[in-house]
Amino acid sequence: MKIIIAGDGKVGLTLTQKLAAEGHDLTLIDSKQSVLDSSIERFDVMGVQGNCASMIILEKADVRHADLLIAATSTDEVNLLCCMTAHGLNPALNTIARIRNPEYGKQIFTMRDVYSLSLIINPEKQAAREIERLIKYPGFLQRDTFAKSRVEIVELRVAKDSGLCDVRLLDLERTVKCKVLVCAVSRGGEVSIPGGHFILREGDHVFITATSENLTLLLQNLGVITHKAKRVMICGGGRIGYYLAERLAKNRVMVQLIEQDRERCEELADRLPPEVCVINGDASSQFLLESEGIQDCDVFVTMTGMDEMNMILSLYAKNCGVPQVITKVGHLEKSSIHDSLDLGSVICPKELCCNEIVRYVRAKQNTEGAALTLHNIADGQVEALEFVADEQTKFLDTPLSEIKLRQNILIACITHGSNTVIPSGDSVYRIGDSVIIVAKGGMTLLQLNDIFQ
Amino acid sequence: MNYKMMGKFLSQILMVEIVFMIPALLISIFDGEYPAVTGFVVTILITAVISLVLYVLCRNSKNRFFAREGFVCVGISWIAISFFGCLPFWISREIPHFVDALFEMASGYTTTGASILSNVEAMSRGLLYWRSFSHWLGGMGVLVFLLALAPNRESGSGFTMHLLRAESPGPNVGKLVPKMRTTARILYLIYILLTILDLMFLLLGGMSLFDAVCTAFGTAGTGGFGIKNDSMAGYSPYIQNVCTVFMFLFGINFSCFYLLLIKQVKAVWKDEELRLYCTIVFTGILLVIWNLKDYYATIGETIRHAAFQVVSVVTTTGFATTDFDLWPNFSKMLLLFLMFTGACAGSTAGGLKVGRVLLLFKNLRRNIRRLLNPRRVETVRVNGVRTAEEVLRNTNTYLVAYALIMVISILLVSVDELSISTDISAVVSCFNNIGPGLDMVGPTANYSVFSDFSKLVLIFDMLAGRLEIFPILILFSRSTWRRK
Repeated sequence: MKIIIAGDGKVGLTLTQKLAAEGHDLTLIDSKQSVLDSSIERFDVMGVQGNCASMIILEKADVRHADLLIAATSTDEVNLLCCMTAHGLNPALNTIARIRNPEYGKQIFTMRDVYSLSLIINPEKQAAREIERLIKYPGFLQRDTFAKSRVEIVELRVAKDSGLCDVRLLDLERTVKCKVLVCAVSRGGEVSIPGGHFILREGDHVFITATSENLTLLLQNLGVITHKAKRVMICGGGRIGYYLAERLAKNRVMVQLIEQDRERCEELADRLPPEVCVINGDASSQFLLESEGIQDCDVFVTMTGMDEMNMILSLYAKNCGVPQVITKVGHLEKSSIHDSLDLGSVICPKELCCNEIVRYVRAKQNTEGAALTLHNIADGQVEALEFVADEQTKFLDTPLSEIKLRQNILIACITHGSNTVIPSGDSVYRIGDSVIIVAKGGMTLLQLNDIFQ
Repeated sequence: MNYKMMGKFLSQILMVEIVFMIPALLISIFDGEYPAVTGFVVTILITAVISLVLYVLCRNSKNRFFAREGFVCVGISWIAISFFGCLPFWISREIPHFVDALFEMASGYTTTGASILSNVEAMSRGLLYWRSFSHWLGGMGVLVFLLALAPNRESGSGFTMHLLRAESPGPNVGKLVPKMRTTARILYLIYILLTILDLMFLLLGGMSLFDAVCTAFGTAGTGGFGIKNDSMAGYSPYIQNVCTVFMFLFGINFSCFYLLLIKQVKAVWKDEELRLYCTIVFTGILLVIWNLKDYYATIGETIRHAAFQVVSVVTTTGFATTDFDLWPNFSKMLLLFLMFTGACAGSTAGGLKVGRVLLLFKNLRRNIRRLLNPRRVETVRVNGVRTAEEVLRNTNTYLVAYALIMVISILLVSVDELSISTDISAVVSCFNNIGPGLDMVGPTANYSVFSDFSKLVLIFDMLAGRLEIFPILILFSRSTWRRK
């Protein structure tokens, strides 16, 4: 696809990286030539320097032949104007705008229709939603749904004392007493699709698919704390902090929000529901944290603007015995450093935002293709694809235990009508069923028959 | 430094060279020229073994590749293809001396067209074809060719930009479309189409197929290896005029052709570099005609020869229809200066490039104005777009490096005790990738008069000129190879 990315900032750069790796034709627009140059040297893209909302610049970026425009500059209004102008020049264009000002928050859906945008992205709101999910389901590092929310995929770290440690996958069902499927394991950065005799070790990151109901069961049976978080302490009253506090307060969770700036505190106190306790003070002061009762809170979330501060605060909170810690990281890319430190769950808003856009692009691209790439697991090393079984598909109504699949491929779930099952040896698929398979990245799978030996 | 990645590139480039050697081998077999056949077969075997060893050693390379690797990779590749490309000449004993063979091949790949052969017509056809074909491949660039073939995943990262930048001539290299592979393909497509068009016009003029193919390769790459001792003088006026026109076309920035293809005629019409190029060519032709008014029998002949020689020198091709060494002094001097400017950036020509001359003059004008109004702030614009100060700085640096290398080379070459005009014109001609010079290296003479040492200096000049100096300088700089 021909894609134009306006604004080569943090999000623009991450998007460029992801989309260029998938082989799209990318043109970047930014007002700074030096920023463009560094992108051109790193990725196979073209750069146009100028104001992305101007018609001349958009024409230069060949907007008339583009399929998608992503406006991710730092200003909401510029993003909107850019999308509208581009849409005017090329009515067939799909547009994605990043809108982050909370004042527009309530009108997002109306705005999308009025300005005929395809998608509006609010990274902070998304991050808040993600954190809320993590608070609801503690114990997971990442959690996501796919296949129209029928299936959940979670990333779990195998701890020494957890029920998963040193378990053979064949015996997994017995241990956790419910039906789940380990579809990928990342050990020391190497990702593999494990067979039945694979034994989980301490420190492995496992990716588990399960239906939503089974997920709660899995948690209980694994002995991961599942009691509802009652007290949450948030450091930093930025946009994410605001959205998060608002969402949590709605769920009747007690929230303490620490913010340094007096004026911002007043603004927050004014806009947030009265149950939220806004505290004016420096979150880096241990005295303040102790006096506000860090020992008694269930979740500690660090949301300040500085990555270093967030990391140190999280380490401190862990040290104080807070059961769940969530760290926001803005600048650093997700790297092995985070694994070596005990930071709890690490949230990177720009990553989340990019993932959503990339997912949108894939869905758009695959509307004609046979397969629908649904999800990238472990930085794209493994991917999940959905196929629909039809008359030409081989091995219809054959139990899976009798089918020989190619190496590094796994059938993750079969959906028959509205009924989704995680398959076992005697499961079968029929005509019209949608089959989700998990495969190691880089394989070309064009149709369902490609997965057989 | 990522040696494995470079090894992998080198292995692929040698493979490309082997593939292109096969047609030449077939011609030799067809003609029954057995020394040449042996030469090609042995070379192909040696190259294939080295390429395979490199491939096996470097197959699991990491994709970390920066500007330094890009420069070194381009420099090494060009030296390697010149080295392996010259083996058929040497092994077949048609050029018995190794340095001569290397000179001939480096001159081929860098599209210089300077030869050490005193009797070209004595060469076998397979080797003549190979010599001319090297112009064609070297004109657009071997790495660009590789990028056009490379699978998407490999060309799909930014480092390929370093390769394009190091191999494509011009102060401000950019892509035509977002993808490097597509850009490389478009460039080669335009190149192939123009070459075929040239070939057809030559065939229409009654040229034999072999001559036409070799001449088309020489014209397309703006190389200038003739397959006759008198270069182009023996052919009909029609063929000479076809050559003039196509040399001129191959001296135009290829992005102009692309703009024409996507129907942006106005942008081409307004292109400042193209306009300056046309102005230089036509002024040059007019001045030479004026200077030569009583030299040839008819005015038509004067125009034909003047146009051919001027275009041939400006585009750094180096074909000749007449011995311009016998022309009056003014014309000779004019041709010598036209050697410096060269043709447009982004074409197959060598020299300083018109685009760079344009930037240098605009910058000069700005600096003079600043002397008058010290507080004046002014930007340099080309085609209405601001040229970054960094590009201007680089252009100035380039000019300094260019002058320095030229001066040192002339000094080194002068050890041979030939004439001053020979030394100067030989270095100018090789460094700017033209071919013939003046006096003892004039259009009817050749470079065999020089000593081996001077030939090596000239080989260095040719490579430095084709790759725009820096890749070769970086290759020989100590800090490039220093480990941390």
